[in-house]
Amino acid sequence: MIQDLMIERAKQLLLSGEITCAAGWKRGDFITDSQPAIFESLQELENLVYDKYCAANLSKYLVGLNLKEGKILVFLKPCDSYSFNQLVKENLIKRESVYIIGIGCEGNIRLEEMQGTELLERCLVCTKTEHVVYDELVGEQLNAREARSRFEGVLELEQMSSGNRYGFWHEQLSRCIRCNACRNVCPSCNCRKCVFDNNKYDTGQKASVSTFEDQMFHIIRAYHVAGRCTDCGECSRVCPQLIELHLLNRKFIKDINTLYGPYQAGEDISAQGPLTDFNAKTDPEPGIIHQGGQADV
Amino acid sequence: MYKMNMQDMPEMLTHMAELMDVYVPVRRGGLVNFEPFSQGVEVDLGTLKTVKSPKDFFLPQVEHLFSAQSQGSKLSVKPQDLPSSPFAIFGIRSCDSRGLEILDSVYLSEPVDKFYEARREKGIIMSLACLDPTATCFCTAFEIDPAEPKADVAMWEVVGQLYAQAQSAKGESLIIELSKFFQKADIGDIAQEQGAIREKASELPWGKLPLQELKSDRLLELFDAPQWEELHKTCLACGICTYLCPTCQCYDVQDHGTGAEILRYRCWDSCMYSDFTMMAHGNIRNSQKERFRQRFMHKLVYHPENNGGEISCVGCGRCVSKCPASLNIIKVINSLVVKADV
Repeated sequence: MIQDLMIERAKQLLLSGEITCAAGWKRGDFITDSQPAIFESLQELENLVYDKYCAANLSKYLVGLNLKEGKILVFLKPCDSYSFNQLVKENLIKRESVYIIGIGCEGNIRLEEMQGTELLERCLVCTKTEHVVYDELVGEQLNAREARSRFEGVLELEQMSSGNRYGFWHEQLSRCIRCNACRNVCPSCNCRKCVFDNNKYDTGQKASVSTFEDQMFHIIRAYHVAGRCTDCGECSRVCPQLIELHLLNRKFIKDINTLYGPYQAGEDISAQGPLTDFNAKTDPEPGIIHQGGQADV
Repeated sequence: MYKMNMQDMPEMLTHMAELMDVYVPVRRGGLVNFEPFSQGVEVDLGTLKTVKSPKDFFLPQVEHLFSAQSQGSKLSVKPQDLPSSPFAIFGIRSCDSRGLEILDSVYLSEPVDKFYEARREKGIIMSLACLDPTATCFCTAFEIDPAEPKADVAMWEVVGQLYAQAQSAKGESLIIELSKFFQKADIGDIAQEQGAIREKASELPWGKLPLQELKSDRLLELFDAPQWEELHKTCLACGICTYLCPTCQCYDVQDHGTGAEILRYRCWDSCMYSDFTMMAHGNIRNSQKERFRQRFMHKLVYHPENNGGEISCVGCGRCVSKCPASLNIIKVINSLVVKADV
């Protein structure tokens, strides 16, 4: 069983001194409760689990842990490896201080009241079936799935009248309670201090004076992760109000693909991102600065 | 005790909505929350818990306190009027109505919070017994009875009938107002259902918690417990637990400058956030460990210490089912109790 292999391998690496700790998942209080955990001893590793409820993407935990001494072991599902790679590209994780064990994934279950049988939306459209970075693979790689296009929802929105589309987003974003879970779980949201945490301006995080501000929060966040978002789907998974945040990110991904050619953030860290590889002559939307201050109309 | 046909409920709510604002649980976009009722709105009484607790009807996430304008050298201040519209919340659960009592012990003790007090006076709570408590529920650990909601009007849904019993003067006058929809019923009619609920509740996995171990005479020991280090490690510092919680009660006061005027408002705060309790000199809780600890020490130790032993949790289980890292008060209690004694 893959879980046993993972525990065995983690123990070997810990015993050999190659790693100082491991990021994985452990069993919580229900059979469906596989919570992210940091393991520091052989005894703790006994509690490591791996199943379809291990939805949490562990890549972001490495950002903080990485500051400590020693190598860290992390277990990554194929889609999580894209987030990891992107963080390496952004110099937030030192590749050489992490030991990656890639594990297969058959999709994660969407939980409601800690129960569920259906897959998360992100898993229904998943095409990230192979790890883009790893030191070794453990267990069977059961990653192939019949996936429908992840852009179906975006296409539907594009076909709406602007009024209806505004209505859709207004309804979605007015549900926001500013819990910041989408931001805090997002591997691409990694500013040392988020502008929405800055209490020197009227951009404070805690609440909005109007629904306009909730919209602003989400739109600014979407712009800021554009070109870097790997579409890991954690934002939609954790939103307590079930806002379909992935649609916002996928709109940007779809537009980037159309304008600059197909691009998958996190896939190849040597490649320049489409929004950071700027060429005023060939860029499909060079912007107003390179037009001598005049917008191209 | 009164009863009515469930089929007549929409008509009764329509009548109520002519007298006051009425809020009911409504399913929209895959989730259930309280929304204003008007004719045609479909009430969802089958879903056990709303995503958000109903605390924001009394403690809104954002509340204006006053506005101030400067005219020359003069400053004119216009206080916000106290809320004065009557309203009713229909279909809240035992845990959430108990949650309001916990907010009362903070907001209605001196100095009384006038905004909160006004809403409590204007609001009627109509609470519905839980036919089917779920595994994340642990209200019984706090001696809350899901079969006997405490509210202005307690309600039970039993085989196509809605039973109602007034438990306060406000509740009684509402029932009188709605008398054409109700007929007298016998309290024995709901006994079987109550028995079934209590039997299910007695089997809840966390129905009994070792809360007696968290006495406030252990305050310093619990504060310094080594477990916090382990417990907080995977916390993402989001505000889900605090914002969905029916008893989380902290707020911040901020000014919003529009250029023409200053708007002073208060808004929910969260101890999970980096500027929680930020003061002129800086922050007294600089790490997530300290902020995480604050949330649970407040609920389990500080609040009881100041309020005659009342624990500031009602076992609604929202933090259990919604935390992205699956951390919750149960895990904290169990960890503190088991390991602190070693």
